[in-house]
Amino acid sequence: MKHKVAVLVENNPGVLAKVANLFSRRGYNIDSLVVSDTEDKSISRMTIVVDGDEKTVEQVTKQLHKLVDVIKVNDLTHDDTVCRQLLLVRVAADRETRGEIIQLMDIFRARIIDIGRRSLIIEATGDESKIEAILKSLQPFGIQEIVKTGISAMVRSPKEK
Amino acid sequence: MQQNGAQILISALEAQGVDTIFGYPGGAVLEIYDALKTSNIRHVLVRNEQGGAHAASGYARATGKVGVCLATSGPGATNLVTGIATANMDSVPLVAITGQVPRSMIGTDAFQEIDITGITSPITKHNYLVQNVEDLPRIIAEAFYIASTGRPGPVLIDIPRDVSQAKTEYVPVKEVDIRSYKPTVSGHMGMIKRAVKTIKASRKMVICVGGGVVASNSTAAVMKLAEMKNATVVSTMMGLSGYPDNDPRFLGMLGTYGNEGANLAVQDCDCLLALGMRFDDRVISTPGSFAPNAEIIHVDVDPAEIGKNVEINIPIVGDLRFVLDDLNAQLEKQDDMIVCENLYPQIPLPMSDGINVPWTMQLVESLVDKEKTIVTTDVGQHQVWTANSYRFTTPRKFISSGGLGTMGYGIPAAVGAQVACPDNLVIAVTGDGSFQMCMHELGTILEQELPIKIMVFNNNVLGMVRQLQYHYSGQRYSGVHFSKTVDFMMLAKAYGAAGYQITSKEEAPDILKEAFSNGRFSIIEIAIDPDDLCLPIVLGGHALDDMFLQPEE
Repeated sequence: MKHKVAVLVENNPGVLAKVANLFSRRGYNIDSLVVSDTEDKSISRMTIVVDGDEKTVEQVTKQLHKLVDVIKVNDLTHDDTVCRQLLLVRVAADRETRGEIIQLMDIFRARIIDIGRRSLIIEATGDESKIEAILKSLQPFGIQEIVKTGISAMVRSPKEK
Repeated sequence: MQQNGAQILISALEAQGVDTIFGYPGGAVLEIYDALKTSNIRHVLVRNEQGGAHAASGYARATGKVGVCLATSGPGATNLVTGIATANMDSVPLVAITGQVPRSMIGTDAFQEIDITGITSPITKHNYLVQNVEDLPRIIAEAFYIASTGRPGPVLIDIPRDVSQAKTEYVPVKEVDIRSYKPTVSGHMGMIKRAVKTIKASRKMVICVGGGVVASNSTAAVMKLAEMKNATVVSTMMGLSGYPDNDPRFLGMLGTYGNEGANLAVQDCDCLLALGMRFDDRVISTPGSFAPNAEIIHVDVDPAEIGKNVEINIPIVGDLRFVLDDLNAQLEKQDDMIVCENLYPQIPLPMSDGINVPWTMQLVESLVDKEKTIVTTDVGQHQVWTANSYRFTTPRKFISSGGLGTMGYGIPAAVGAQVACPDNLVIAVTGDGSFQMCMHELGTILEQELPIKIMVFNNNVLGMVRQLQYHYSGQRYSGVHFSKTVDFMMLAKAYGAAGYQITSKEEAPDILKEAFSNGRFSIIEIAIDPDDLCLPIVLGGHALDDMFLQPEE
């Protein structure tokens, strides 16, 4: 099962290497990893998607927490979260197919951000299943290149009572 | 007053109470050695940086203080690696300081440049590459704090040469506050209450002492609990000396090379209280078969150890010092606690007829003042035999590489122990294989005039590997024989040591007595039979109570 783990780390040089090192040394598999700064410049946030059973992921979070540069580790898998990833995809398109692709992308609220003579670049954000659906719909036209970020996740605000 | 980074480093080390550094100089640490020259800190010049790291580890384990080693950049730093990894596996508080090429040259593959923070990140508790001289006092203070608190471990500080040269005002750091590092101290009261309930009801209880008991000086608290409950006590190799071996409750070491009685007790007990240990595969043998009838209560300061190798019924994360006091206080209040009726029986170690390691170590035990005798070992058969035969009664008097199994540890660790405890008799027990892994440190012993006694059990083979080939390779012995014998007596002479040879049981007492009382560095060679096996042994895939006891005739 895929787990989303949010890790707050000190924004120190070498901290990404230490985290990546831990995963490889203990044989855990990273599906994706996103790092960015946060509202506090001294803290970076990593969102790591890791594949494994509950026991493995529990070890992952414990081992991560042992790193001195790690401030906080949260397994978000069972939380109510908003997840997004960014997709850039170059798809083959000529005068005949261009219109159809644009229509399709409207449905997904994806945007055309570059037009060439034989291709388009499309930008989309969404959760994993939406990104997958977009790619599937573009398959028949001929996908030439895909760039994806990893997943960024945030826990939903608690509902007012 | 402006000082350079090197002077600030030394001042900060002095402020931490450092009295000894085990080191080896080089280009990238020139300024540090210059500053060391005018300091009161004793510098012990080792013969290879690996020896320096092991010596610092021996020093730390003999005293409980943080051991410090120092090396130059590049090969100096990489030579430390085995020592740092050894300390990491055995949770030894160590601060390793390395020189680095100047900041402007980092990343250019400069002469003697190596990415030592990258190399050591999986084998240190934490490490630092110092970027600014102003950061030095804080980093030194943090390094000692991290190394010595929570689950202790090694911390490396890499100092570029231009940081050592850069000048600034030295502002001492009084307090350390690291927001991302807050080790748990007290155990969860709810869990402690559950543990009390389980302990109270147990009729066949075993306490397993791990290295954490030694590290946290918790011997008295463990004894109190064991007495209250009349529980049987066993120990991991790292836990040896953490519980007095002359107590009838104590059955010695458990595990694949453990004592038969200890293994049978663990497999039969209904409650296992595991203290400061990590259920290493050499302790539990086959996962799933360990202590099948027991409710396992695991107390450890490192939450990542809980449930890692063995399913735990009651986990308690916390420092043994506090958890044991809480446990004892709760247990004392219970009127209806069941006291175990019987202890599990001691089973003596099998021994061969001729002169052998267990017999010799039992003799050694009878000749020395155990409260003032430190025994270090190398790794192999002699280590297992020593662990199973010499009865350790005082904490910190047994120093051996447990987790990493580092051959070559014993002699440099003895250097550190003897430097730390000059009034102790320090005996390094080794084999002819391990001896030759770090024998360069004989030069350090000679120069520092350390009266260390090296007992080298010589069977002309790498005995433990040979034994494994006996069990697993159908007695096809490969790469384990030394076809030419080292003349250890000539070697003793070369290094200014008194040399002794023991070839029979009859002459052993007199020779050992003389060697232990001559006041000088001594090498005692004892010839043993290469066919001797460490028995009993639990072979791969077997449970602890399924031991290989005797070779078939």
